[in-house]
Amino acid sequence: MKPVFFALVGVFLFSMFDPSVAVQPDEKLEDPAMEARAREISKDLRCLVCQNQSIDDSDAELARDLRLLVRERLVEGDSNDQVFDFVVARYGDYVLLKPPIKSSTYVLWFAPFVLLLIAGTAIIFWLRAKAREHATALATQATGLSAEEEAQLSALLKDEKNGSPDKAGNE
Amino acid sequence: MVGYFGSQLGEDPSLLPSTFIDKPFPEIAASPLKQDKPGLATSDLVGGVHVVNVWASWCIPCRAEHPLINRLAADANIPVHGLNYKDTREAAIAWLDELGDPYARIGFDDTGRVGIDLGVYGVPETYIIGPDGHIRFKRVGPITPQIMQEDIMPLIKELQQ
Repeated sequence: MKPVFFALVGVFLFSMFDPSVAVQPDEKLEDPAMEARAREISKDLRCLVCQNQSIDDSDAELARDLRLLVRERLVEGDSNDQVFDFVVARYGDYVLLKPPIKSSTYVLWFAPFVLLLIAGTAIIFWLRAKAREHATALATQATGLSAEEEAQLSALLKDEKNGSPDKAGNE
Repeated sequence: MVGYFGSQLGEDPSLLPSTFIDKPFPEIAASPLKQDKPGLATSDLVGGVHVVNVWASWCIPCRAEHPLINRLAADANIPVHGLNYKDTREAAIAWLDELGDPYARIGFDDTGRVGIDLGVYGVPETYIIGPDGHIRFKRVGPITPQIMQEDIMPLIKELQQ
């Protein structure tokens, strides 16, 4: 039991470290502030080989090349924005994991909200229609019997309560 | 929306269009792969239509498309240049000895930096450059007979007019 317990503790502690980092020791910059900037930038750049990972996470060779490129640009004195621009100039907006908001991406960004609005409006109208339908149904039910039949019904009900026989002599 | 999604059926969403279509070929200079053949620089891509084919000896689709590259160089009567990407000289030269060397110039890009400046993200990739030095077409992935027939040869003819 004990070895299993310690093994589990070990796994838990190990998992506290970010396991998906692909940065190799030989890539790291000496200046920790610059290295931190490089990591931040890398996390927002898509690896074009494994397209759902950032270059910070991906083990692909191209990811490594781009990680080194980012660090090189930072050492040359580029700002974060300049590094992004450098990569986007070569690979296009798709290399950014956060798509920019510009006229070509309005649909991407705003379509969900617009669709939600349309759906929400449609639902409200549908509910209203349903409510109207229900009210109409109730109204129909209420006047389903004529006034005379209504009186007969209440008389019968009263009779049943009192236990007195009806015309046919039943109880 | 259905129309848009429908129109995308059969398209490969992982292929990136080049950011340099209709823009000048980026400024690059790659040293020669072989001693007896010049390297590749942007200043060489003048005076007509040029094709640049990015390849590597470790790349299987490059091997598959190479007969078509050989044919293109022979039939289209235009210079076809090679850019050897992230490879070693020995392996690359041996590969050309085995499969044929149709290239007018071959650049040696062992670090992949030249490739990055071109927006290369995988091999093979092929560029067609017009007489004005602008990139008119980029193919990511191997050339197929269909692409050759439907895209490449017609475009080359059109650019030569």
